[in-house]
Amino acid sequence: MPKLITQVGCPYCGSSCDDLEVLVSDDNKTVLEVRNACIIGNNIFLHANDPTRPKLPRMRQPDGSMKEISYKEAIDWTAKTLIAAKKPLIYGFGSTNCEGMSAVGRVAEKAGAVLDNCASICHGPSFLAIFDNGYPSCTLGEAKNRADCVVFWGCNPMHAHPRHTSRYSLFPRGFFTQKGQMQRKVICVDPRETDTAKLADVHFMLDQGHDYDLFDAFRTVLRGHDIPDIVAGIKREKIVEAIEIMKKSRFVMIFFGMGCTHTDGRNHNVDIAISLTRDLNTHTKASIMAMRGHYNIAGPGQVWSWQFGFPYCIDLSKGTHAHMNPGETSSIDLAMRDEIDCFVNVGTDAGAHFPIEAVKHLKKHPFITIDPNFCMASEISDLHIPVRIAGVDEPGVVYRMDNVPIQFKAVIDGLPGVPSDEELFDMVYERMCELTQTEPVWLAAKAHRKYPSSAVN
Amino acid sequence: MTEILITHGFVIDPTQNINGDVADVAIRDGKIVDTVGSGAKVIDAKGKVVMAGGVDVHSHVAGPKVNVGRLMRPEDKLFKSPMAQEKFRMESGFSVPSVFKTGYDYARMGYGFVMEAAMPPIHSPHVHEEIHDTPIIDEAALPVFGNNWFVMEYLRNKEVENTAAYIAWLIRVTKGFGVKVVNPGGTAAWAWGLNCLKLDDKVPYFEITPSEIITGLLQANEYLGLPHSVHLHQNDLGNPGNFLTTIDSLKLAEGIKTKNKFGRTQVMHSTHIQFHAYGGENWGNFESKAKDVMDYVNKAKNITVDLGCVTLDETTTMTADGPFEHHLHSLNHIKWANTDVELETAAGVVPYVYDKDIRVCATQWAIGLELGLYAKDPERVFITTDHPNAGPFTRYPRVISWLMCRKARDATLNTFRHKDKVIEATTLDSIDRELTLYEIAQMTRSGPARCLGLSKMYGGLAPGMNADVAVFDLNYKSMPTDPVAIEKALQRAALFVKSGEIVVRDGTVLSHGHKKTVWVNVKMPENPQVVRDITQCFTRDYTVGINNYPVRDYLAPHPYVIDVDVEA
Repeated sequence: MPKLITQVGCPYCGSSCDDLEVLVSDDNKTVLEVRNACIIGNNIFLHANDPTRPKLPRMRQPDGSMKEISYKEAIDWTAKTLIAAKKPLIYGFGSTNCEGMSAVGRVAEKAGAVLDNCASICHGPSFLAIFDNGYPSCTLGEAKNRADCVVFWGCNPMHAHPRHTSRYSLFPRGFFTQKGQMQRKVICVDPRETDTAKLADVHFMLDQGHDYDLFDAFRTVLRGHDIPDIVAGIKREKIVEAIEIMKKSRFVMIFFGMGCTHTDGRNHNVDIAISLTRDLNTHTKASIMAMRGHYNIAGPGQVWSWQFGFPYCIDLSKGTHAHMNPGETSSIDLAMRDEIDCFVNVGTDAGAHFPIEAVKHLKKHPFITIDPNFCMASEISDLHIPVRIAGVDEPGVVYRMDNVPIQFKAVIDGLPGVPSDEELFDMVYERMCELTQTEPVWLAAKAHRKYPSSAVN
Repeated sequence: MTEILITHGFVIDPTQNINGDVADVAIRDGKIVDTVGSGAKVIDAKGKVVMAGGVDVHSHVAGPKVNVGRLMRPEDKLFKSPMAQEKFRMESGFSVPSVFKTGYDYARMGYGFVMEAAMPPIHSPHVHEEIHDTPIIDEAALPVFGNNWFVMEYLRNKEVENTAAYIAWLIRVTKGFGVKVVNPGGTAAWAWGLNCLKLDDKVPYFEITPSEIITGLLQANEYLGLPHSVHLHQNDLGNPGNFLTTIDSLKLAEGIKTKNKFGRTQVMHSTHIQFHAYGGENWGNFESKAKDVMDYVNKAKNITVDLGCVTLDETTTMTADGPFEHHLHSLNHIKWANTDVELETAAGVVPYVYDKDIRVCATQWAIGLELGLYAKDPERVFITTDHPNAGPFTRYPRVISWLMCRKARDATLNTFRHKDKVIEATTLDSIDRELTLYEIAQMTRSGPARCLGLSKMYGGLAPGMNADVAVFDLNYKSMPTDPVAIEKALQRAALFVKSGEIVVRDGTVLSHGHKKTVWVNVKMPENPQVVRDITQCFTRDYTVGINNYPVRDYLAPHPYVIDVDVEA
């Protein structure tokens, strides 16, 4: 009899929907059907059935081909490579669980590595703005239950976060927003007419790269000063009108995305967006939220903040204390300067996302990918170690884009012999300790969870 | 079988009325015992003070807002993080230390138990993730209730039983410890950008007042008979003239009787009372009302308080009092983080510099100490800094040296630019009292342990209790005249035994110990209405599924569960 598992978390985007229903086969090995998910989430579950999924690590051979090796060999090679490297970079973690992120902290400390996550190439500028200006935000339920004015600035949830608008931001009928979409004024700021822009009451099709100007104009008007007739390609009247809408609303919710962080201005765009939110709070209630990309990309920011005090770009190579200085200790910058002599790509695809020059530099040195699937990074790697898929065959805590922790389930059994990220990192750590003849440091949490687990051997 | 014998120390244990007698403390298998065999490891504590492990009744050490403080303040690490001890994890941060530094530093000061003071229920998995990553110290966490929709709805309808049933459910699913109340009603109002500063201000939509919320929760807490009482952060925090609201809130405990099996005597714990003991109408004529507040506290036997002493540092304020943080940001304009949490609470984080040369900050410093010095019953008044709000917990030894030495207070006072104005606005200069180490042990060990309903485990050295034993390099019979020496001795314990294991020696961490997560399992008959309300609310209002809400067992890997059976 197939089993229906309800309230399943979705390992795709930062919306981290946890209302999926997954029908699995009686033997817990196959996903039969996925309900409630968007098409991408749906495919992530069904993809787990793929019989060609890697089940063993693959090592690059002198002739350039890849050969399957045992986990023991892969772990040994990874441990030795990390110990030998002067400045390894361990990067990724957009798509895995917090247990893995916690375990890798131990490995990175031991290896004297730089620890970085995908925020480095997406919401890193938002972190810089938060360091400077704070972050007046809320959980997504507040947007659902209260927001009667929603601003999408430089983001396109209709494509990037397919169920965001229906679960949280636009369509749902909340406690104080019983009329749903009818009750919400939607403002979209985007130089393109995106599918999100088509839903908006007001679409500001601003000149590309002029987000800061427009934010500044918003603040200026809000503070009762005059602005030029046209700012960033937008007429003054429209700006004044938008500010009136916001001031009259009971709860203004601003969502921003890569359109702010990766256009001219970058962190300054986010900085002034935060200032605008703060200013709005003198008139009404306002909140701002970064549209984080992956289902657990907020996770490393949390886990590493409590372990090291920094959310990303964490240089542990000094051995005695953690150091963060984006620009100096950020992945792309390190790679472009060729400072990295070992690269570990975890739960992301640096091969697809990094500039080609950065990848070329990284490729000069040992290049390891830890990922359940084949991807561009895995195909250029010296070693590819498959792991279980967090949220599909491995449970764990993930942090939604609003930093709410969601405890994800596993819906099917993992492939036999394939470890989770956490187990893999613990095994690498133990091997590193063996090789360096040091005592491993386990905390209470690990006492009865650490390797060897049932999954391996 | 591990046995340890700590010999010849000056033992200070208020739970047994031992005040500096030279005695031995015997430990077997994590517990204090009467005697141990000849094979026990003997530690000579001659000329040193031996006390139970410290118990922190209120500290923000784990959870979402603590982590926001870490995340948004890289400057709190710059030049302020110590070098890692070899073979131990790296340590980061000053005012908001990383989890590793938190565990190590508490242990270095001889503290064995810390209460995380505010856990937003929806974020409870996060709190437990941080707790299990914090080494050595035992921890528990208080979920917040004062602005919870269920609580406000039930109490508006005067349904104390339903409130209690909901509390029981929430404490159980979050693996929490008791009932925390932060700015009752005010934080809920903040969801619309408003606040409740007075006890009779109505909460928007819910049409309930802070005093009704407090009273209802006091009744529900005693209905359940929880180990700890209601733990109250009052309305109108940090504003001139708030002492009247403070005393009025304390009066709500009058006539409420304790009902519990844990030896707790109070029905209300009013936290960081320093922030609530202010007179004057504005910052210009801001003054201390510590005496008025403590006069009431000294009389009211069913109340406990903790101090929340200002330590004159650059720190990070963080509280579930969302509107207060917004207000504070409008005063200092540094940076402001806020998180409104659906249906439950809110939180704010603002960095703050308590500058000794700013009159208000210096006055706040004096008020914290006045409150401690006016305490008639040190078993009901506890030393905290509301870490990190009034200062980091690592300053406890300094606060203690101020409380113990007039000389130390004067030395600090003499460095103030506005010394005369501080003397005028407070009564500190007229107080000669110097607390004894015995009184300090009451305020940091036996008192808070009893207040939390944990006096059978923590806070004393009687046989059967947890073997958390701290040894400090202080000669009780001839205490140092230099307050700095006292501070130094308390900052780095000569020895700390946690759960029967030596974890610190000469201020150096030796082991990650065996920490526990303490939580309360309230068992009561199912209440169909509350079950239906909860189910409906998760379907309709929450954005997380009810099945994914309860903290899973593996996140609290070493639980110590206190069962509370509620009779129908």
